[in-house]
Amino acid sequence: MSGFSNKETLIWLNKIRVSNIAASKLLEYFENIADIWKISNEEILNIGCIRKSVRQKIISNRQESILENTLEEIEKNNINVMTVLDEDYPDRLRYIYDNPTVLYYKGYFSKVDKLSLGIVGSRKATSYGKWASEKFSSELAELGITVVSGMARGIDTEAHKGALKGKGRTIAILGSGLDIIYPKNNRKLYDKICECGAVVSEFPIGTEPFPANFPQRNRIISGLSLGILVIEATEKSGSLITVEHAIEQGKEVFALPGNINSIFSRGTNCLIKDGAKIVMDIEDILEEINEFNHIITKGEEEVDYSQLSSMEIKIVECIKKEPIHCDNIVYMTGLDISTVSSTLTILELKGVVKELPGRIYVLS
Amino acid sequence: MYSKVKTCVLQGLNGFVVEVETDISKGLPVFNIVGLPDISIKESKERVRTSIKNSGYEFPLNRITINLAPANIKKEGSQIDLAIAVGILSAMGMVVECNFSNIAFIGELALDGKVNKIEGALPMVISLREKGIKSIVIPYENKDECGIIDDINIIPVKNLNQLISFLKGNEKIKSYKRDISELLKIEEKLEEDFADIKGQEGLKRALEVAASGFHNIIIIGSPGSGKTMSARRLPTILPDLTFEESIETTKIYSVAGLLNKNSLINKRPFRSPHHTASSSSLIGGGRIPKPGEVSLAHNGVLFLDELPEFKKNALEALRQPIEDGNVTISRVNATLNYPSKFMLVASMNPCPCGYLGDPNHECTCTVNSIDKYLGKISQPLLDRIDIHIEVMPVEYNDLSRNTKTESSQDIKKRVNKAREIQLKRYSNENIFSNGQLTAKGVKNYCKLDNKSEKIMKQAFKKFKFSARSYNKILKVGRTIADLDGEEIIREKHILEAIQYRSLDKKYWG
Repeated sequence: MSGFSNKETLIWLNKIRVSNIAASKLLEYFENIADIWKISNEEILNIGCIRKSVRQKIISNRQESILENTLEEIEKNNINVMTVLDEDYPDRLRYIYDNPTVLYYKGYFSKVDKLSLGIVGSRKATSYGKWASEKFSSELAELGITVVSGMARGIDTEAHKGALKGKGRTIAILGSGLDIIYPKNNRKLYDKICECGAVVSEFPIGTEPFPANFPQRNRIISGLSLGILVIEATEKSGSLITVEHAIEQGKEVFALPGNINSIFSRGTNCLIKDGAKIVMDIEDILEEINEFNHIITKGEEEVDYSQLSSMEIKIVECIKKEPIHCDNIVYMTGLDISTVSSTLTILELKGVVKELPGRIYVLS
Repeated sequence: MYSKVKTCVLQGLNGFVVEVETDISKGLPVFNIVGLPDISIKESKERVRTSIKNSGYEFPLNRITINLAPANIKKEGSQIDLAIAVGILSAMGMVVECNFSNIAFIGELALDGKVNKIEGALPMVISLREKGIKSIVIPYENKDECGIIDDINIIPVKNLNQLISFLKGNEKIKSYKRDISELLKIEEKLEEDFADIKGQEGLKRALEVAASGFHNIIIIGSPGSGKTMSARRLPTILPDLTFEESIETTKIYSVAGLLNKNSLINKRPFRSPHHTASSSSLIGGGRIPKPGEVSLAHNGVLFLDELPEFKKNALEALRQPIEDGNVTISRVNATLNYPSKFMLVASMNPCPCGYLGDPNHECTCTVNSIDKYLGKISQPLLDRIDIHIEVMPVEYNDLSRNTKTESSQDIKKRVNKAREIQLKRYSNENIFSNGQLTAKGVKNYCKLDNKSEKIMKQAFKKFKFSARSYNKILKVGRTIADLDGEEIIREKHILEAIQYRSLDKKYWG
């Protein structure tokens, strides 16, 4: 009976809605999970590590045609599949509880996705939340950090848009099959994300966006990310489920403070009260996560001394520490003011320093 | 009997010789003055009559006709009193021995025969000398201001009696002369000095450059950053007045009646009108136009503190005097021209509350109010200001720092040297400093070397300067090169000059 590989077997198990946990147990039980096709019904009924209803489900659905149809659909919709058995399966997901055995995706995963941050929030967002969502994700994207979110209405949508605006990568985790775009008016966004990142789902093709799917996919959002930024959340928001997952998985939780009267910020403000890191600008995120640290320090060491004369270096050294007034450069270097002035102009022309109002200079 | 004596009336700073013709003939006792006299001259009838009487002479009970020739220009001023009195006395035959063709009389009479001090004596003496008059009788109290003029006999008189005995040859009055070199040398001890200014190296350098090239300068900074303090010390580093400049300025002060005891303006004037000043007090005006602040600042500094607080029309009126170096005031009675070659020093806050860009205070202004504030200074006015400098409040560390600060004397030496170079360079031109260069002059005198040419190109691309900024940078660069004693404007000079334009892009961009 069997021409199927282990991977295909996992897809079949996913299709017939065998849970991830059960599938993982079966993976442990069999040396080759494809053997499940070969053994008799009795033997299946004797598998002790899974519940009886699952055993029944496997027996009743052990038809090659189901898998063949599924594979055909996958092919037709141009969808890629990745399972825990694959080497390129994200390591971060491999070790979370209840990790998805099968991931359907469009677009591609990249090495740079290791630096990623989840941005979540309520669907009914205020303009403040939308603004913040777009702002932070575009700034993160500009720094080369991948933004992970759920492509739902509101905050999620803005987060993806912001990342695209920042010309960075973004990953959307859906609560439906990949062939069903929900909400529908995000079709354009969906296509763009496929180009500049990946759209991912653990649900087999054709799965409708059932409400129960969304809390479930949230663990993937937090699982893929180094941390979670909650933009806006009501007290009983689904975003808080993502936060629970993140805490369970040992990820950082950031929250955007909001108006205490706004019900949309009640959840985030509570998170802050409970110890989530308050985020007022992007630095707050960067400094908290070790993997991001090199991004912060990058800016300071960028000055290329090879292009500068000794006098210019002397002045750059003064400016490097903090924004400084040109008079103070005179005192620190002992040079006379006309020399300092003209050197500063050269440095400005070279684009090394920038003048702020009041003749204060900073590195540009 | 008929007599003819000479006196002078002023139009602006120019004096005209006026001949006072007197005729005394038989008839009813009438005293008429014709020849477009104004009210002050008409009143002189009473002063002349009474002072002649009170000097011990009899006033003729005849028909007296006075004509002021040329009869077609309006005449004003009480200085004609003395000439009328002398004319009447001469026509009466009291002083016939005298030849009046080469002598002029100016002075106002008091009722007791005393000769009172007048305004504008110096410009009158200078004009009369130019018209070939050999001696001038002046009020005793005006002798100090007039005594500086060469090649003319200055005869100061105290009263009418003294004048008559002089004219009769009974009394010798020595021509009054003052030692000019002595006057110019008077070195008042400087109360204020650049050494008082702690920190603010950038500002001090900018003022030095401005003083050397006679460039207009605007200082922008938050309250307490020392804008006013340093501007007030600017006169201490300005180059010394030359004698000609000194005379020019003294003339204006003489007309305005503002001469002090020393009676020669031997320091560059520093005028700082309050910001409530009207346009006529700045430019000059009145029914008979008097010189305004721009003229009183001639050859010196006009300091406008808190520039945007000035009335907009007053500021706009400054444009023509800055450009032309003189100001023409037209009134119904007269159209007058006063010189106004001054250096404009303006100060302002960066915003209405003053704290924009200040590291220690938060600015509370809205964007709109800042725009409105800056908008009070029009682009054309700004175009005429070569140097922009921003200052920051001095920190405590700077105040207590014991670094050596240069005294005004040291800076002045450099300024004087740079000014000498300019005077030499422009000896054939109608100007004396880099600040006055026209676009054509910039082309002739501001030569760049290859390197600085390249820098200019780069800077234009980077900062998006306008064409007019180009000339300003060259002019300031010229001055910086002069301070270095360099013939050609080098790279570092241009680079420093660019620093003084950076406000263009920031505030008014």
